[in-house]
Amino acid sequence: MAELTASPVTSRRWRKPPLIRNPWLRWGLLIGALIYLAVAISSVPVDDARIARGLERGGRMISSFLRPDFASRWYDIQIGVLESLTMTVVSTVAGVLLSVPVGLGAARNLVSAPIYLACRSIITISRTFQEVVIAIVFVVMFGFGPLAGVCTLAFATIGFMAKLLAEDIEEIDPAPLEAIRATGAGWLKTVTYAVMPQVSARLVGLSVYRFDINLRESAIVGIVGAGGIGSTLQTTFNRYDYDVAAAILLIIIVLVMTTELVSGHIRRRLQ
Amino acid sequence: MPVTVVNNTKVWQRYDTATRMKIWLGWIIGTAITLLCWQLISNNTRWEFVADASQQLSAFLQRMFPPDWAYAEQLWKPLWDTITIATLGTLLAMSIALPLSFVAARNTTPHPILRYVALLIIVISRSVNSLIWALILVAITGPGVLAGILAIALRSIGFIGKLAYESIEETSYEPIEAITATGANRLQVLDYAYLPQVLPSFAGISIFRWDINIREATVLGLVGAGGIGLNLNASVDLLRWDRVGMIFILIFALVLISETLSARVRKAII
Repeated sequence: MAELTASPVTSRRWRKPPLIRNPWLRWGLLIGALIYLAVAISSVPVDDARIARGLERGGRMISSFLRPDFASRWYDIQIGVLESLTMTVVSTVAGVLLSVPVGLGAARNLVSAPIYLACRSIITISRTFQEVVIAIVFVVMFGFGPLAGVCTLAFATIGFMAKLLAEDIEEIDPAPLEAIRATGAGWLKTVTYAVMPQVSARLVGLSVYRFDINLRESAIVGIVGAGGIGSTLQTTFNRYDYDVAAAILLIIIVLVMTTELVSGHIRRRLQ
Repeated sequence: MPVTVVNNTKVWQRYDTATRMKIWLGWIIGTAITLLCWQLISNNTRWEFVADASQQLSAFLQRMFPPDWAYAEQLWKPLWDTITIATLGTLLAMSIALPLSFVAARNTTPHPILRYVALLIIVISRSVNSLIWALILVAITGPGVLAGILAIALRSIGFIGKLAYESIEETSYEPIEAITATGANRLQVLDYAYLPQVLPSFAGISIFRWDINIREATVLGLVGAGGIGLNLNASVDLLRWDRVGMIFILIFALVLISETLSARVRKAII
């Protein structure tokens, strides 16, 4: 026993392995990050006097959040919320329907190169631009109103759904594909009987998930005039009607939470 | 799988009659709801404005191209601001979300009541879009980059926190039991058993959110919260579509680069 404790344990003290193994990369990243942080933080203008004034307003805002005013603009709120909901339903349905052909076209194992590239570029454009940016373009095309919002959300849905669908299709079991092809089935029949049965459960799950996202986004596209509750919300902020804004925010939070619970339930049952 | 015999041949069908009826009923109800919603939207749309949409689009594209290349010189600072908003906002959110997720995870929470408070914070943060957070913050801090950073942080806390606490709840129990058996205290167990399991996924989640935040930060300027969205808003108001085109090109490049970067880093971590 004495020999064991006498062995130089202290010199071989164990240390936790670091997150990044290569020491050059680790220290380089750390120093680079620190320099970036210093530059970035110093480039942020902070107006102390404005914030001091703002804090007082923030206090007022919090106190009005504690007593939300549903009544005085109930008509506007009702219309805005209803519009957001209908926009969500229509855009999700339209987006999902359109995303199936785009998703099939973006799967490398199903189509030829030109179609693949075309569908991939639709997906890239849709995913790169934030919904509000796309909404600006649709408002220019269709004028102010919920139709621009529906098109925006449907377009964003296509990018989201088609990308995940295509990744799913590229990973399907190739055996049924070959079996159906061997019967002499054409492209459409191959897709119906070999591809869709393998991905349809996930397609439904993703659609429900996207419904959630669309509801959340439908609350903001109104800021650029594309319908929904967003424009009402912005107006209340511009008028300093924080108690009405609080009411709208509470409605949005409750709606989002409810759909999230329902969609989570549906998705769990599908798995 | 029901089989019926028609004219002495077996006819195979996937579902029996009752199930098929239910499926049809589901489709009919779904279609009816969608059509009803569509009618509401159609009523609120001025179709005479939609009729000339293709002319509007072609006029829009004509005025957007060629983009105003010279305007790019004024855009480097807003572009830097956009990246700053996303990065500092994500870092701020990470520093709050990490402790929060340990409180919110069932297996590490100090107290069940605290756990519900943490879950409530996560849910509220997630339900409100970063653009709406920006609306609120612009009223408090005044317009500018700071409001944008805080808006991004407030939205990201919920996102990072939710995914992080889920990954904490999925940690394997063996290392934790082993470290506990050595007589380590709670903090040491956290440091030596939980963190090594959680940190890689936490880093992955945060980088994923950073890449989303870059995209979100490009529009925060529309409500006055700094970044390239300020220029976008001004150019749209002035109907300077050639400048809008230039901004679109820069946003496109920025988002593509950040997405590639984030995908690379995540692949290296996981």
